[in-house]
Amino acid sequence: MADMTATSPGAAPQGLQTADGRPLKAALAASQARAKRRAFYLVAPLLAFVLLTFVLPIGQLLSRSVSDPRFIENVDRSSGEVTPIMVELRDWFKANPPGTEPDEAAYQALAQGLAQLAELRGQGDVGTRINYEAPGTRSLFTKTARRADDLEAPFKEAILDVDEDWADPVLWQAMRDASSRYTINFYLAALDMTRDVDGNIVNVPEDRQVYLLLFKRTAILSVLITVTTLVLGFPVAYLLATLPLRYSNLLMILVLLPFWTSLLVRTTSWMVLLQSQGVVNDLLVWAGIIGDDGRIQMIYNQMGTVIAMTHILLPFTVLPLYSVMRPIKPSYVRAARSLGATSWTAFRRVYLPQTVPGIGAGALLVFILAVGYYITPALVGGSSGQLISNLIAFHMQNSLNWSLAAALASLLLAGVLVLYWLYDRLVGIDNLKLG
Amino acid sequence: MDVTTPMVEFDRVQKSYDGESLVVKDLNLAMPKGEFLTMLGPSGSGKTTCLMMLAGFETATNGEIRLAGKEINHIPPHKRGIGMVFQNYALFPHMTVAENLSFPLEVRGMDRGTRETKIKRALDMVQMGKFASRRPAQLSGGQQQRIALARALVFEPDLVLMDEPLGALDKQLREHMQFEIKHLHESLGITVVYVTHDQSEALTMSDRVAVFNDGKIQQLAPPEDLYERPDNSFVAQFIGENNKLSGKIEALDGETATVRLHSGELIGATAVNIGGAGSETLVSIRPERVEFRHDRIQEGWHTLDAEVLEFIYMGDLFRTRLRVAGHDDFVMKCRNIQGQERLSPGQRVKIGWHPADARALDPV
Repeated sequence: MADMTATSPGAAPQGLQTADGRPLKAALAASQARAKRRAFYLVAPLLAFVLLTFVLPIGQLLSRSVSDPRFIENVDRSSGEVTPIMVELRDWFKANPPGTEPDEAAYQALAQGLAQLAELRGQGDVGTRINYEAPGTRSLFTKTARRADDLEAPFKEAILDVDEDWADPVLWQAMRDASSRYTINFYLAALDMTRDVDGNIVNVPEDRQVYLLLFKRTAILSVLITVTTLVLGFPVAYLLATLPLRYSNLLMILVLLPFWTSLLVRTTSWMVLLQSQGVVNDLLVWAGIIGDDGRIQMIYNQMGTVIAMTHILLPFTVLPLYSVMRPIKPSYVRAARSLGATSWTAFRRVYLPQTVPGIGAGALLVFILAVGYYITPALVGGSSGQLISNLIAFHMQNSLNWSLAAALASLLLAGVLVLYWLYDRLVGIDNLKLG
Repeated sequence: MDVTTPMVEFDRVQKSYDGESLVVKDLNLAMPKGEFLTMLGPSGSGKTTCLMMLAGFETATNGEIRLAGKEINHIPPHKRGIGMVFQNYALFPHMTVAENLSFPLEVRGMDRGTRETKIKRALDMVQMGKFASRRPAQLSGGQQQRIALARALVFEPDLVLMDEPLGALDKQLREHMQFEIKHLHESLGITVVYVTHDQSEALTMSDRVAVFNDGKIQQLAPPEDLYERPDNSFVAQFIGENNKLSGKIEALDGETATVRLHSGELIGATAVNIGGAGSETLVSIRPERVEFRHDRIQEGWHTLDAEVLEFIYMGDLFRTRLRVAGHDDFVMKCRNIQGQERLSPGQRVKIGWHPADARALDPV
């Protein structure tokens, strides 16, 4: 990209030539090379920054979502040395199809693996890894690895002697899945699916389904928030675009004010306003609209999430709308009126269609932001107002199942990309106007 | 509506935006059906405000506006049935040409067949029949102008308003469109109110021109009268080029005034808009009515001494700037005819004009 001086050998021979006989395309490229190089140097820092902070992490996220190799390799915490583990057991899995009853050879391989783990002090990591797929099995690994040196043939009996749970087919299926480097199990888990003992993909029992519900709730709440911001933002943007400059500047400051206040402050002030002993409820009681015992629960549920997030995301609708409305001359509506349209028809058929790029941009922006919003639902959402991002954070910070978090985030990313593609097909991405 | 009822009537109309100053002061105007009337004036003179009041986008602060004898002050714009062409065409960018033209017909509830016939006829009228499926952005300025015209005419209004419709076009196209609009007006028999600040456009197209300044009509007259017999100094200066000589009225005898110029010379002039003897006046003379060749200056003409300051060759004309009676900006225009003499700076000549061409007007 930086060096455009090279003459391309495949240039068409019948192309135009300069006065001294060089191909015109090459001459053009050569004459612009300097400017292009300079432009490249100017954007190079940003390019490096974006690569480092955006492309690489997303790549890592994607690879993490399909791979958690803690069952097949051990990484030494201090030296960073990588040792392959469970080699014999992996060989046994390869030799035997899913669903095979583990025999003496399998238990011997397991015992060898556990002995190696005890040496490497890696049983905790392996236990955690298997625990994701077969809950409640982590202690098996730590307990048995401690006694790995004492295990003697016949290994099956010896191991079952330590803990009978080793015979659980679910555990063996989990170990089989974890023994391959790449797996779609995290995506299955993120979609409330799992593998049964024979390796078939099945839905998890209904009472343990979490993620689909949260995805659905996130989508519904985000749509609701998007619609609310549009309904509230459209008139404001219209006022901004049509008021005389001195009033519209003041209004613009009011619109931008939320940007200048800390997100945390804004969210906590919603807590003050909306809680059951809060300002809004007090006012309603005082006005006699509701009784003192009928105070409305407006926060720590979905309603709180919707109200607070609508407020926070409102400027993201107003600004693109404003930038689209500003250049729409009043003469369009006047023309429509003079041609015989009522003010409503003129708005619907002439004004509104011209604001579609702004509506699209604002809605897309708000929806994408809302889908991944974390802090506000965490603070005001209670348990019913949590969104999928809160669960991603949970897996990042508490359960430390980063691969599941990555799979959830990747699904979210995919959803947003699909939306973007839909928008391009329906409205056209060239029509997107952000400001 | 009988023949004598004016199509458009402004009756003592006043307009104020801020409650402190009047943008339109006491406007009285009556237009017969079929007239092409131009509102001409500098920006801020109130001409566009008048048009907007007529269209219904502004309300008159005082007075009555009547359309075909009916008061329309409180009728909303969409019920007035007035066609309008806007300054920047205001073609709906998200609709094709045909959809733009279809819009006024659709809101009037016409069926598809009628609409298509009317759209086709309107497009053919402006020679744009082939462009029905284009979008406005794909058309040149002149083509957009034609579509805007067709859209204002497609629902067959009796009255069409045009707000500086040719302002965005280049000179050649503008002149061409002037004739086309004029021809449409004649062939359709519509009444047109046309707003412009271009005086040559006003003179070319109109039956009558209303010259606006300072919220008032300064003169309402056919183009010829406006140019040759301006009522006051503003009109004289605004329409065409004009030489001014300042002086005092020495004597006034009916239509004829004798003026003592400030430089001392005594000239005769037609009295138009002046006070009595002793009051200040501006004598206005058109540059093309000034003559310098002895053989053309006739008996009874006024003559003054002049010094040539500048000679400009303009192709069809020679424009000569002279110093006359203490004024440095006296201009004389001579046609570039066979054998025309070219003057050079520094030359001294005697110039003259017919007394009827010098008009004594109010001083500005």
